Amino acid sequence: MNDSIFGEPEASALLAAASVETGLLERLHARLEEAAGHDGLLDVAYRTIDTPVGALLLAATEVGLVRVAYESEDHDRVLDALAARLSPRVLRAPRRLDEAAREIEEYFGGARRTFDLRLDLSLSSGFRRLVQGHLPEVGYGHTRSYAQVAQLVGNPKAVRAVGSACATNPLPIVLPCHRVVRSDGSLGGYAGGLAAKTALLRMEALAA
Amino acid sequence: MALKQPFERIVAEHAETILRVCRLVLGVHDADDAWSETFLAAMRAYPELPADANVEAWLVTIAHRKAIDIVRARQRRAIPVEEVPETASTIGIPGSGDPDLWDAVRALPPKQRQAVAYHYVAGLPYAAVAEILGGTAEAARRAASDGISNLRTRVLGAHSNGATR
Repeated sequence: MNDSIFGEPEASALLAAASVETGLLERLHARLEEAAGHDGLLDVAYRTIDTPVGALLLAATEVGLVRVAYESEDHDRVLDALAARLSPRVLRAPRRLDEAAREIEEYFGGARRTFDLRLDLSLSSGFRRLVQGHLPEVGYGHTRSYAQVAQLVGNPKAVRAVGSACATNPLPIVLPCHRVVRSDGSLGGYAGGLAAKTALLRMEALAA
Repeated sequence: MALKQPFERIVAEHAETILRVCRLVLGVHDADDAWSETFLAAMRAYPELPADANVEAWLVTIAHRKAIDIVRARQRRAIPVEEVPETASTIGIPGSGDPDLWDAVRALPPKQRQAVAYHYVAGLPYAAVAEILGGTAEAARRAASDGISNLRTRVLGAHSNGATR
């Protein structure tokens, strides 16, 4: 009868027979997230969330939130960079990001003006880190110029360095570099693109 | 050191193949545990893996060892009773595949089952299969080929007897 049913070339029939029911791999992944967390192997956990300014990648170490990235930064490349700089043990593990996701969603819903999250600033250092740490002092609905921020951190001449500190902010939105603009009132740059910067400032101005 | 991919990408790329390998080697019932232990161990060791390593062969090697551990643990636990009927239902996948084929896979000697899984399912060359199983590449090729022809005979035999279909 059908003698080609299991010839050696048809060995891939095994693959078909072993087809995996939908949802199982997701359940196994969830089990891996939990076990890795339990064993202290979850060096970098991440997830993405949808927001009015596009999908945001959120990543956290055991210390705290370490990276917020816009889609325009290319999430795959951001994950590559996290693997290279922090640890290759990078796993999609949403639970560690629950708190950050909730606060960011509240922020976009107009219900939150400051963030109350544990942060890990290990992706930046020196003066940039100092500047980034001061960014929350520029309050919701307000803007400061790069020069004013330079004064704020006690180094009034370091206007350009403040600019690069903002440009390399690993935690945009949470550390509000979007509130820092040029002295002439023009926007300056933004990692998420000028449309995102405008949208955030407009949203805050309307809510403030 | 060359750039190492985020571990998530390793999981995304190999999760399904490794699960199939575990199912062929262990049966569906124990495959989930083998998969979990394989990827947890892999994640632990991942930072030390050379960047140019063959990831698939590395994962299959870990899965092979985990499967052996699971079989040993099962043997230690098991009170020697005759074949438990429920294992027959757990090895087949409800709603998919060929029950005759699964019975036939289960009846294969372990080495043939492993060789078939590692070569035909994971796609490893016989040299890599031999490194995992011990012995020569030629022996691995023979085990896989004997496994396939055993499966062919059994599956065809069952079909021509008009057994389950």
